[in-house]
Formats: sequence, C-alpha cells, structure tokens
Amino acid sequence: MSRLTDLFSKKQSDILNIYFTAGYPKLDDTERIILALDKAGADVIELGMPYSDPMADGPTIQESGSQALKNGMKLAVLFDQLKDVRTKTQIPLVLMGYFNQVMQFGEEQFFAKCMEVGIDGLILPDLPLEVFAREYKDMYKKYSLDSIFLMSPQSGEQRIKRVDELSTGFIYMVADASITGKQGEITKKQIEYFENVDKMGLKNPRLIGFGISDHQGYTTACNYANGAIIGSAFIRQLKQNPSNERITDFIYGIKGHHLIA
Amino acid sequence: MRYSVDQEGFYGVFGGAFVPEMLYPNVEELQSEYLNIINDVDFQEEYDDLLKNYVGRPTPLYLAKRLSEKYKARIYLKREDLCHTGAHKVNNTIGQILIAQRLGKKRIIAETGAGQHGVATATVCALMGLECIVYMGAVDIKRQAPNVARMKMLGAEVRPATSGSQTLKDATNEAIRDWIGNPTDTHYIIGSVVGPHPYPDMVARLQAIISKEMRWQLHEAEGTELPERIVACVGGGSNAAGAFYHYLNEDSVGLVSVEAAGLGIHSGESAATSVLGTKGIIHGSRTLLMQDEDGQIIEPYSISAGLDYPGIGPMHAHLIDSGRAKAISITDKEALEAALMLSRIEGIIPALETAHALAALDKMSIKENELIIVNLSGRGDKDLAAYQTYLEGLNDG
Repeated sequence: MSRLTDLFSKKQSDILNIYFTAGYPKLDDTERIILALDKAGADVIELGMPYSDPMADGPTIQESGSQALKNGMKLAVLFDQLKDVRTKTQIPLVLMGYFNQVMQFGEEQFFAKCMEVGIDGLILPDLPLEVFAREYKDMYKKYSLDSIFLMSPQSGEQRIKRVDELSTGFIYMVADASITGKQGEITKKQIEYFENVDKMGLKNPRLIGFGISDHQGYTTACNYANGAIIGSAFIRQLKQNPSNERITDFIYGIKGHHLIA
Repeated sequence: MRYSVDQEGFYGVFGGAFVPEMLYPNVEELQSEYLNIINDVDFQEEYDDLLKNYVGRPTPLYLAKRLSEKYKARIYLKREDLCHTGAHKVNNTIGQILIAQRLGKKRIIAETGAGQHGVATATVCALMGLECIVYMGAVDIKRQAPNVARMKMLGAEVRPATSGSQTLKDATNEAIRDWIGNPTDTHYIIGSVVGPHPYPDMVARLQAIISKEMRWQLHEAEGTELPERIVACVGGGSNAAGAFYHYLNEDSVGLVSVEAAGLGIHSGESAATSVLGTKGIIHGSRTLLMQDEDGQIIEPYSISAGLDYPGIGPMHAHLIDSGRAKAISITDKEALEAALMLSRIEGIIPALETAHALAALDKMSIKENELIIVNLSGRGDKDLAAYQTYLEGLNDG
C-alpha cells in the first residue's frame, strides 16, 4: 500500500497538504523544512521542482522557483538532498513540476529515481491525461508512484470521471479558475462546485488547493473534501521567516491550534 | 498531406496540447470548433471581404529588379508589409476575431513581442468593439515604444510582463495565466504558429492566404506557380507557415527558414532554435526549444523582438527535423546590413525580423536566374530607433 493510500485509509478528513519549492529560501533547506512540517503536523508534503516557466503558478511560486534556481537547485541536487529522507520521516512526499523537466531528465530514469528516494506520487499539471494513459501509466505502476491529476471548476462530468479513473492517491481539486496564489474568500459558486463533485461518489479522496491561504479556507475545504493544499501562503511565510518555530506556528494557525499550542 | 497536423494535433512527434487541466476546456472547445468555423461559408465570406477591403489584400508579389541584379536571380518580394497595420499578423487576427465572435467570446487577450501582433489584435478588437488586453514583456515595451503607443491609441490595455527575461516567452506565460483565470468569456488570440493544438494549425490556415496568393500571382508573372525557393524568417513562425503552406507538398520548392543568431549562434546570446534547441515542451506544445539539461528554458536573445523566442512552432520543428525545410541563422549585424541594403536599392525599409530573411540571400548559394520568393513580412517603421543607432555607428566608424 502506498503511503498516500495508507494515510487516507487511516484519516479521511482534515488532511493538510503543504506545498513548498525545493531549494527555497536556501538551497539546503529542503530536508529541514520537510522535517519541520512533519513535526508540526502536516499530513502530506508537495515538493515543488522549481521551473523557469511555471504556467499554472502565480507570482509567489514563480519567484520562489527563480530563487531556488539561482540557489543552484537542479533535479540531481534535489534527489541527492532526498536520499536519506526516508530514514527520518514517513510523511507522504509528492513531487510537483512540469512535464518538460521529467522529459529532459529521461522519463523512466526520473520515475526510478523517485522510487529510490521514497517519493510517493507525482503532480505534473501539463501532462495530458491521455498521454499519461497511453505512455506512462504502466511506468508509474512499475515504480510505485501515485498519479495525481487536477480537476477544475470547468471540468465537465465525463472529464472528472476520467480524472478519477486515472488518478491514484488523491485528486487535486483546483478551487477556482485561477493560477496559484490568488487570495480572497471562497464564493458561493465555488461551494456549489465542491458540493456537486462531492455527490459524484468518486473513488479517490480529494484535496482542495489554489487560493487556500488561512484557517478559514482550510476549514471550508475540509467541509467539502478530504482536506486542503496550501502553497503560496506558506511560501510567503518562508520568505518572511523560514525558521522551524515559524513553520510550526504557521501549521498551528492553519489548523486552528493557536490556543492549545 | 505529409506535413499537416494529425487528429491529435501532432506534426510527426511535434505538437499536441500539453496544458494544465484548467485550460483543457478552453483548448478542447477550440479543437472541436475551429475547423467547422473556418470551413463555414459565412465565415469565409466575411474573412475574405475583410482581407480585401480592410487589410488591402491581395498584397503585391513584386519583382525586385535591383535586388535580383545583385544576386543574378529573379527575386520576388511578397509585400506583407503593405497589409493594414504593416505586417502579416493581421491576417491571423482578422480570422481569430471572427472565430471568437462565433464562439460568443466578449474579451480578447494576446501576447506580443515586437508589438506587431499586439497592434493587429488591438486593431481588430477596435473594429469589432471587443475589450482587448495585450501582454508584452517589459523589455519589449521599451524597445518597441511606437507600437505600444499604437495599441493604446486603438484602445487596448498593454500589460507589462515582468517575470523571467521580460520578453515574448514571458508575455505568453502571462497571457496563458490570464486565460486560466478567465476561462469562459475570453478568447486568447495567439500570434504565431505556437501553443497547444489547435493554435499552430489554426494560425497556419489563417496565414495560408499568403502562399495561396503567391501561386496565382507567380503564375501570372512567370507562367509557373512554383518558385525554386521560398525564404521567410521564423520566430514562432507564422509568416513562414503562411508562405510555405500551399507549397508544403511541392517537393521541387525549397523552403528556407531564417532564424535569429543574435550575437552569434554560440555566443550565448542567440535565438537560433533549430541549432541550439532540443525536443521539449514550451507553451503547451512539444517542439524544439532552447533549454538546459534540466529542461529549464533558456532566455534567448535577438535584436529583433519578434524573433526573440526560445522555441519554434511544431510545424517548423517537423519541417526542419524531416529535412523539408532548411534553416539558416542570421546575426543582428547581418540583419541590420540587409535592412540598409534593401532600403537603399529597393526603397523599402523592412522590419528587423524580415531583414533576417533578406540577409539569408547572402548565404544561399543562389543559382543564376533562380526564381526566389522572399516573404517581406513587415515594414520597418517600428525599428527606426535601432536603424538610426546602426547608421550613427556607421558614420562614427
């Protein structure tokens, strides 16, 4: 059983998935931040592979990626940073990036390397579902990687069913027609979309991301799905202060543990 | 039809639609509708009428006598510079605005490099009364000031792209992000044969008017529809796609794609994608692009904002990869020399992009009396500042 499947079999609600960019703010922060997030109570970590042209991301994540690249982050460096991580934590780790990065590394080598260091799943937003089904599905299986696909408010019912069919681990439910990092309250229309998808009875758990930045957003997401994904808001925290204490405060703040902490 | 796109949007191994799920419905809508719309009689009548009466087509196929003498050849210039707005770009924007209207879109976005596509988009939006937002790299906004002023005059909003190299690729990223955020009411008018399927094919079809006219015009002038070679500059490659389109399956017609070498192919400041590029994905399309071993896209360089792009359209990647088209790279300096040459011997000031195509004549080992068409894709008014600097340099030297 994959670490993600295992997690969702034990815990179906209030899942907190935190995104951060590997190699940000400092090149060697990757492992420290993973361990701090685990200790603070995050349930899943989505590790961004910094990319020069991140089409689906907003300015916050793009800037963190540019900084990480300036710091010297490369895929070979990242895999090296992760080589001992599984001796220190069993938190599910998912890599997020763009398909060109995987293509240039060599698809099969990349998947093999992911398995070797203990990566549980991949989020590649620009890998088309049908290309995945035709060319890579078997390879993901061979290397025990969960395939996490996105759905958006514009995805039709048939499309959502296809996403569910091809996804394993969980489905990344994009909250709004937007890139990452957009701030603002969750609207009535979004709630309707959350409810409609909830009624579809999909086989995969769903985590809601894009525009979730605080305790209120997290709570709303948890009401309509299995949990939430927070990225840009956490990157802003890292930019301001990346210490383990502040990381813990951030996670407590999202979960609403202020008073008991 | 060996060189046309297949059902899934591929030219050989190149093309496709590598887009995030948030864009999938937009792209799918276009994929399922664009051919129906383009083949519709009502669309064709309106498109043809606007091309004739608004754009000023057909554009002349002009036998450039003194240029021909210089190369001991018969060189025709396809005068796309005489289109309304000063370049071929408007052929595509006229077509796409008609498509957008038929899809019920109310808001138009575009990216622009040199500003020609931005101006052509702002123009058709004014014509049809639609809201227009043009994304343009902050660096390009500075070096193409006259076109920025024209877009504003036409009522468009010009939004600077401040990420990355702040040029065409970044403007394209920003336009894509806008489209993600506005999926239902907005049509994205891509200016070149790049981006996810169906854009490369749709834009090529809308530019194909160039080679359609060439065939009958050359027949009138020379008694044959077939030149020996066609020369066009390639950034993303829309003017070249239009100039090649109706000749793709005519094996006797050589196709020459001219890229920008910037300061020199191996100088580190170049945009010669066919030489420096490898297979990868940029802006939703699998094509040749300039990237490092980790797939990070390399920031290109050319004096010409319209050629300053790290990829080429998937159709061109396929033409070059299969040997159907031959690529030639031209440096900034060679392009400037060619622009001055054409100005002085034909009285035509070409755009910097087009000047690259003209400079390629020097590198083509032209046979005596060879029948050549150069696609004169745009006029040089927007580049006068660069030309002035160049002239002053000559005088000082």
